Amino acid sequence: MIVAEKKPLEAIARMLEGSGRVLAVGCGTCVTVCFSGGSKEVATLAASLRMKRSIEDRPLAVVEAMVQRQCEWEYLEPLAEQMKNVDAVLSLGCGVGVQTLAERFPTMRILPALNTLFMGLPSAQGVWEERCQGCGSCVLDKTGGICPVSRCAKQLFNGPCGGSQNGRCEVDEATPCAWHMIWERAEALGMSEDLMSIEPPKDWGTSRDGGMRRMVRNDLRLPEDQDKEGNE
Amino acid sequence: MSKLSAAVLPTDATFKSGGNLERVLAAGRFAVTAELGPPRGCDAAAVRRKAQILRGWVDAANVTDNQAAVVHMGSIATGLLMISEGLEPIIQMTCRDRNRIAMQSDLLGAAAHGVHNLLCLSGDHQSMGDHPGAKNVHDIDSIQMVAMVRAMRDENRFQSGKEIPGGGPRLLIGAAENPFADPAAMRPYRLRKKAQAGADFIQTQLVYDVARFREFMKKVVDLGVHEKVSILAGVGPLKSPGMARHLRQNVPGMLVPESYDARLEAAVNGIDGRDKAERSYAWREEGKRICVELIQEIREIEGVAGVHIMAIEWEEAVPEIVKAAGLRQASQG
Amino acid sequence: MDNFHPEVVAFCCRHCAYAAADLAGGKRQPYPSAIKIVELPCTGRIDVVNILHAFEDGADGVLIAGCLDGSCHYIKGNLYARQRLDYVRGLLCEIGLEPGRARMINISAAMGVQFAELASEHVETVRALGPSPLRRKINQGEAT
Repeated sequence: MIVAEKKPLEAIARMLEGSGRVLAVGCGTCVTVCFSGGSKEVATLAASLRMKRSIEDRPLAVVEAMVQRQCEWEYLEPLAEQMKNVDAVLSLGCGVGVQTLAERFPTMRILPALNTLFMGLPSAQGVWEERCQGCGSCVLDKTGGICPVSRCAKQLFNGPCGGSQNGRCEVDEATPCAWHMIWERAEALGMSEDLMSIEPPKDWGTSRDGGMRRMVRNDLRLPEDQDKEGNE
Repeated sequence: MSKLSAAVLPTDATFKSGGNLERVLAAGRFAVTAELGPPRGCDAAAVRRKAQILRGWVDAANVTDNQAAVVHMGSIATGLLMISEGLEPIIQMTCRDRNRIAMQSDLLGAAAHGVHNLLCLSGDHQSMGDHPGAKNVHDIDSIQMVAMVRAMRDENRFQSGKEIPGGGPRLLIGAAENPFADPAAMRPYRLRKKAQAGADFIQTQLVYDVARFREFMKKVVDLGVHEKVSILAGVGPLKSPGMARHLRQNVPGMLVPESYDARLEAAVNGIDGRDKAERSYAWREEGKRICVELIQEIREIEGVAGVHIMAIEWEEAVPEIVKAAGLRQASQG
Repeated sequence: MDNFHPEVVAFCCRHCAYAAADLAGGKRQPYPSAIKIVELPCTGRIDVVNILHAFEDGADGVLIAGCLDGSCHYIKGNLYARQRLDYVRGLLCEIGLEPGRARMINISAAMGVQFAELASEHVETVRALGPSPLRRKINQGEAT
């Protein structure tokens, strides 16, 4: 899932300085299951903002709304009606949700209430950890299912740095050393020999370094869209 | 003949770099390197002063690349000042601050200025330094850097595979290894990987636990890695019992036996606790004695081709240690 | 301040505090009229937003009264309530309300006297903090 967390209330309030009535929109997907942008969090943030502004003698009306998926056009349609009487929209979606709203409603101010953190999993109740950076060329087959791109602070491809101690990363004691885990898993699988060959430099062109990425599946596209592009 | 003039002499075609360190290692002499930390400002005189202390006592000196992720004078620029003082530099370069484009470009420039040695490192993480909010690079890792520089030198090819017009940089390639870091079982193999990638020499993390180092070297020798790469053991004088504790507790992958704390404590027996200067002097003298003993012990271990003496902000200690350990009787500078 | 009559919403667990409040009443042990009791099956039922809504609707303080440690009828409900209260206190700071307006107490069904004492103590804390700025706003709104 995509993991995000609420921005400080002060930062959100600053974005809403000039607003008197806003629509707070949650998202029913990733940010609901990481407890940052579901209906409860929308209610909590709406109440917090109303109280803060009331105390400051500048009342703010916050209308609460939810969509199942902020990152897909068709789910956003019902919001058009609710947006009629507001001067800004506060998105409790991830960065993708915020941008989808901004693209769909180009004349409305769309503001982020969350900081989008990473793609990860709940490693324990109330704890989320990063597992993938979307580098565009997965190497998990070579590293026993443990990602050195997202889990090693130095993104090493050929073994641990000199700071690995007792299975912990030198950058943060709470973080396990990815290469320690990769080695132990390879040994358990009887595959440590696979880690002996030199992994050549990675082509980062498939990662964000190559610019905004796009995936196209022509078999799924609308024929008229393809015709349009063909004519351009 | 100064070291500088050696650099501009026509090099023997069989040598990879034509530098002094390579000649020493090729001749099978016990190599001695030290470390020169660049200043945190633009003070060229500070570099020259340190270079003068080390010149003649060591075969080459490492020049650190923004060590501890704290901004310092650049390692190549500092290395050029060292060359002008007759001290051969081993340029350290980390994967933290440069992508493969910047690395190759800087190495072409360094070689053009007469640099002969490079040490390839991952680099301390920026969160430990003075700009924790910096974006790190890590385009390639240290082993990939070794392989890249080897191909530049031996195949005259950039990492892209394109030919380097006029030939690649003639650099002796070094890498680091921490014999005491985890996973311990993987360390000798990782060292072998560096040798396979093309490293000519290895400098290790500071060795204080000789028994553990001996175990590590046994495995390295069993793998035959010492025949492919020259291994220089890292040593360094302790300045105080506090430093021993600090290294043990705060530096990842550093093993310092507690017996050294006791030896340092005993060195100040009978000295008035208020006499800070006298205590410090006694500690440092004992620290140098321990370092000399370590060198003598390590020298006997099979597969060790030299020592790398790290006396951080204490370059003055190096000539004394070299002399006391019987590595040099006088400056050869 | 003399005519300030605090309003404190007390979220009380049915298995302990609610019964304790009943016991206090039965023993004629007085506790402040400021305390407005909301009966819950367990303090673990409380959500962050419930506490915020109490403040938004004008409460000067909130008291969460749950079972003694290790005595929760649902094993850990009182522990969850404590964690949520800690989270809400952080939110109150961000909003601009004193975190001391919200407090949790742990008692048993037999502790009627203690309930009265602790409830009075929290009412006095809230009294010292003065009326919630939000209540003032609501009252002004009613007046106009």
